[in-house]
Amino acid sequence: MILAKIHVTLKQSVLDPEGSAVAKSLHALGYDEVEDIRIGKYMELKVNTNDPKQAAERVAEMCEKLLANTVIEKYSFELSEV
Amino acid sequence: MKFAVLVFPGSNCDIDAVKAVEDVLGEPVDMVWHHETDLSAYDCIILPGGFSYGDYLRCGAIARFSPVMEQVKKAASEGKMVIGICNGFQILTESGLLPGALRTNNHLQFNCEISPLVVENTETPFTSDYQKGQVIQIPIAHGEGNYYVDDETLQKMKSNNQIVFRYHGKNPNGSVDNIAGICNEKGNVLGMMPHPERAVDDLLGSTDGRALFTSILNKWREKHGA
Repeated sequence: MILAKIHVTLKQSVLDPEGSAVAKSLHALGYDEVEDIRIGKYMELKVNTNDPKQAAERVAEMCEKLLANTVIEKYSFELSEV
Repeated sequence: MKFAVLVFPGSNCDIDAVKAVEDVLGEPVDMVWHHETDLSAYDCIILPGGFSYGDYLRCGAIARFSPVMEQVKKAASEGKMVIGICNGFQILTESGLLPGALRTNNHLQFNCEISPLVVENTETPFTSDYQKGQVIQIPIAHGEGNYYVDDETLQKMKSNNQIVFRYHGKNPNGSVDNIAGICNEKGNVLGMMPHPERAVDDLLGSTDGRALFTSILNKWREKHGA
């Protein structure tokens, strides 16, 4: 079994209103060192295979098709054995 | 002329769309469950507003894989009229039938108000009964109506006259170039965040949405000599 940890975030060129709102709140709390926040999604997928290469291909396909909207979002993932 | 209003789990403006077709046009209209695999009987397909699949993952992302969407693509490629309103617009961009994507409103608030729009393009089958440049009052109700498209695609859309409606005066969501509604290259697929089906009777505060429905019927009659 392989565990895929997937991160989906808005592309840098796309405004992230939630991130900006949270950054403002942190500034209000005095955390002035915070420069920028990007808020995204984190997903964990258990994939029933022991072949990391195949799992990587399939997970990338899932990201392209459904898990991320590549018009506005980018994705990354890491795989580990469980 | 026969209309289909698609119903996804979570659609909640489906009956408004049915009533608008019935009340404005008096034409036959069916509510069609998203598992349907044959839309050949219909001349115009409406994807209504709402929260398909609870907007899980992203608005419209899951609805896009409903069985009926293959039929919507087929109908669009055959030149039939397809209109996506609000969540329907989000589904059309997710499915690639329209360019761009809808993001969270830039101020993070859900906006529910009458919004003035400028009709930019009257050459579509959805807008021929309006005047170019006409300002109309149409309600909006969305939290994720902030239209995004990259610069290159935007230029292409502009030169191809694909921007159909723009917000007038105030941009309620941060949408690129004040865009409120767009069509595909052929002009037979329209997506818009505002709700024309909620502006068809004085009781609703505006009747400016009626011309969208009459345009559809008039264009269809013109084409079919009916």
